[in-house]
Amino acid sequence: MDNILSVLVFFPAVAGLLGFVVDKNSARAYGITVATIEFLLSLWLWFSFDTTNAGMQFVENIPLIPDFGVSYYLGVDGISLFIVIMATLMTLIGMISLSVTENIKNMIITLLFLEMTMVGVFVALDAIVFYLFWELSLVPMLYIIGAWGGNLRVYAAVKFFLYTFAGSLVMLVGMLFMAYVYHNITGVWSFAITDWYSLVLPLNYQIWLFVAFFMGFAIKVPMFPFHTWLPYAHGQAPTIGSVILAAVLLKMGTYGFVRFSLPLFPDASVAMITPIAILSIIMIIYTAMVAYAQKDIKQVIAYSSVSHMGIIMVGIFAMNAEGISGSVFQMLSHGIVSGALFMLVGMIYDRRHTKLMSDFGGLASVMPKFAVIFGIMLMASVGLPLTIGFVGEFLVLLGFYNVSPLLTILAGTSIIVGAVYMLRLYKNSFFGPVTNEENKKLVDLNKIEIFSLVPLVAIVIWLGVYPKPILEPIDNSVKAMVEFMDKKAITQEAKDVIKASKITMEVK
Amino acid sequence: METINVTMQSLNLMTLAPMLVAIGGGLIILILDLINNKLHKSLYVMLTLLILFIDFGAVLGLNVNQRGFFDVMLIDGVSIVSQLLIIAASMLFTPLALTSKRFHEYSYPEFFGLFLFMVAGLQFMAASDNLILIFVGLETSSLALYTLIALHNRSNSFEAAVKYFTMGALAAAFYAMGSAILYGLSGSVELYKIAEVLATRLDETGIMIAVFGGAVMLVVAFGFKLSLFPFHSWAPDVYEGASASLAGYMSVVPKVAAMVVTLRVLGMFIDLGVDWVQTTVILLAVLTMTAANIMALVQEDVKRMLAYSSISHAGFIMAAIGLDTTEGTTAIFLYYTLFLFTNLGAFTMLWISRHKVKTHSDRYDHPYEKFSGLIHIMPIGAVIMALFMLSLAGVPPFSVFWGKIYVMQAAVNSGFVWLAIVMGINSAISAYYYLKLVVYMFLREPTNDANIVYYNTSKPLMAVIGLATFATITAVMYVQPLISYIYYMVSASGY
Repeated sequence: MDNILSVLVFFPAVAGLLGFVVDKNSARAYGITVATIEFLLSLWLWFSFDTTNAGMQFVENIPLIPDFGVSYYLGVDGISLFIVIMATLMTLIGMISLSVTENIKNMIITLLFLEMTMVGVFVALDAIVFYLFWELSLVPMLYIIGAWGGNLRVYAAVKFFLYTFAGSLVMLVGMLFMAYVYHNITGVWSFAITDWYSLVLPLNYQIWLFVAFFMGFAIKVPMFPFHTWLPYAHGQAPTIGSVILAAVLLKMGTYGFVRFSLPLFPDASVAMITPIAILSIIMIIYTAMVAYAQKDIKQVIAYSSVSHMGIIMVGIFAMNAEGISGSVFQMLSHGIVSGALFMLVGMIYDRRHTKLMSDFGGLASVMPKFAVIFGIMLMASVGLPLTIGFVGEFLVLLGFYNVSPLLTILAGTSIIVGAVYMLRLYKNSFFGPVTNEENKKLVDLNKIEIFSLVPLVAIVIWLGVYPKPILEPIDNSVKAMVEFMDKKAITQEAKDVIKASKITMEVK
Repeated sequence: METINVTMQSLNLMTLAPMLVAIGGGLIILILDLINNKLHKSLYVMLTLLILFIDFGAVLGLNVNQRGFFDVMLIDGVSIVSQLLIIAASMLFTPLALTSKRFHEYSYPEFFGLFLFMVAGLQFMAASDNLILIFVGLETSSLALYTLIALHNRSNSFEAAVKYFTMGALAAAFYAMGSAILYGLSGSVELYKIAEVLATRLDETGIMIAVFGGAVMLVVAFGFKLSLFPFHSWAPDVYEGASASLAGYMSVVPKVAAMVVTLRVLGMFIDLGVDWVQTTVILLAVLTMTAANIMALVQEDVKRMLAYSSISHAGFIMAAIGLDTTEGTTAIFLYYTLFLFTNLGAFTMLWISRHKVKTHSDRYDHPYEKFSGLIHIMPIGAVIMALFMLSLAGVPPFSVFWGKIYVMQAAVNSGFVWLAIVMGINSAISAYYYLKLVVYMFLREPTNDANIVYYNTSKPLMAVIGLATFATITAVMYVQPLISYIYYMVSASGY
């Protein structure tokens, strides 16, 4: 099946359209079935994926608007493969654990359309097709937050939409300028990323284009100081919205840096290492401190999720194979762990209709299963060895050590600060005596909830102990990319930074 | 004294055929009414459609780059493309008369007669480079249009018609004075001759003042016609007073014709190397899109919001004129074609919810509240309206997005990267007010029952909306043939 990527992208959309016909009471079963098939398809993609090949696979290229250079161009490599699988997995699990009962049919249909856009972003190799899925993903999310969210839902939803939309329009101008430059040099219109890779641009062009793309990606990540939309969105979104937002939508930003910014503008990326690393470290430490000050469990998770996105950013701008592979791996681990944490918070919220830490206490004795799973996810989030969180974080710090030991130490404090606020959260809500009468009557996790969480726990431990099956294909593609960047770089400074990383690779 | 020899051959009457079809059709409708005045409006609607159909065919049959009728008719690629666009939009508009409720204007066959005369006038504007014939076309179409607005027969339609008439008359005066100055400078009313003469005289001392005077008058005239900032203030009131369908029509079709004239006249100045005309045009475009966007943010009525939004879109297109490249000119027609479906669709959605009385507010016909919770009342209608709004905001892959990136690409290609960024920022601002309607429709509790919103619907209206929706969603499929056709036509006529 050569066109498996098209099937992966459009199967959920077609299913969403047909979903309008499905009866309201069967909508949920329909959604879960479709998401399962989609997940199995993505697993099939993995099994038929050639892990020794670092390049693009399952490529489909159909000209769409040849006069304008737009083509329907899809492909997957080691970097995007696992993000796609993570997206389909999290959609499936999110749907199984769905606690929304109101207008459930609309929710299922919206989620299916959202799944199309998520898969589409990660497999698109044409900038316009990428942009198309990127923008389209805002619409279902707007609806999910706005229709099922908390009291300020409309404000949060519109803020989310406008922030991202504004940033990506600047990115669009960057894309158009890139196509224009490509046209000037080759005489052909093309928006294919692989064609753009071959362009060697002068440094000042690179810087401006880097900034244009940065606006789009940084708002999505969200980098400090563009992060203010995210706590609102998380605070108001229903559980499923937070899960998908944290697990998949934020990854679009970091994925964009890996897919576009680094290979297209290697020199600008090297020149920008220091400012971006500083922003990322501010983001790591500052949001971790903000997380410590929160009273609401969900806000703690939300800010910790921003803080961990900072680690991913640092890794990407290590500009070497360890750092970037670590980042991509960290994207997966962040997706699974923060997704699971948001689900857990949602489960307790459904029972008590409050998310305030002070309302809880001693939950471990009332809900032991819940406490165990929460504990495992929390440890993974902090980056305890033998959990999925450790692998990525370790590789990122190792990679960035080559660039700047001092900044690495600062970034490393994230593990300590993270442990502080997470353990405080755990202590306040799970340990001690049960002070609140209402908490005594709480019911432990039911079968559906356990069924949706256990696979995530299994993945967290499996990949924490033995990450090789996933890390190896990622590393293959990343190494090829770093070598390519090294060849392409024009300034000596960039060559030095990218080369330095190669030496350590050989020593190892 | 010499006798003038005119042969039928040299008149090349084929170039006049499309307009003659429209005018003849209008006369047939009026004569039919004389013979039997009890005929139903559906007959006139279908007759109008058929006449427009023949008109369309007549335009398609024209050869590119010919002149006719004492060389006042100019059939180049631009005039063919714009006429096709005008006729196609008119064909989409005509069935909107078949509403389920009875509205005053459609009971008169004169409405359809005037409508066809207006189409003919617009075609004359597009198919000539003779300043006098353009003026005649402009006045024919405008006078017909004022009457069409007033026929809606409400107090604010009269207000709209009078306001439009006054502003239109002022614009016409500016146009006449501007043309007179050009005639005084060159001794000709044919644009190509004016360009030839001016090209030789441009380095004379003092001539720039005269050129400046003429160009300013003409820019002001077009500013009024295209509702550019700061000459836009009539537009929202006129759109509000006109019926929703006619407002949707006005926001596209007369502007296409006016854009063609602007392109010919101001394009001539830019080609002559008068740089400040280009600067002025781009500046006006930027002001128009930005100011209209900001004003649209605070509107309480959907129709007024759409009025300001269409002004802002006109700013985008005006910027394309200022670029004066083949891509820019292609972008004008591409943008209008893609915008046509979405915008007319959105106005038609307002049209089906139109009541004889104002249901929700003393002041407005279509306040946002009218649409709150539409998703619970008519889910398909709400989804379609949301599609139109997202398309207008420039969310891919809907139709207006492709127009927007083509204009932005054209701007980048001519070195105006900042203009592309301004366009991007404006799209982001505009997203707010389009989203406002989406938020009302999807995220608010319903306050109406189905009858209130569905009030004026009928099968022909549904068909138009269906067509518009289809064209909005599947834009990516037909953008390629559209671009290559328009690009070919535009470059064939030397723009």
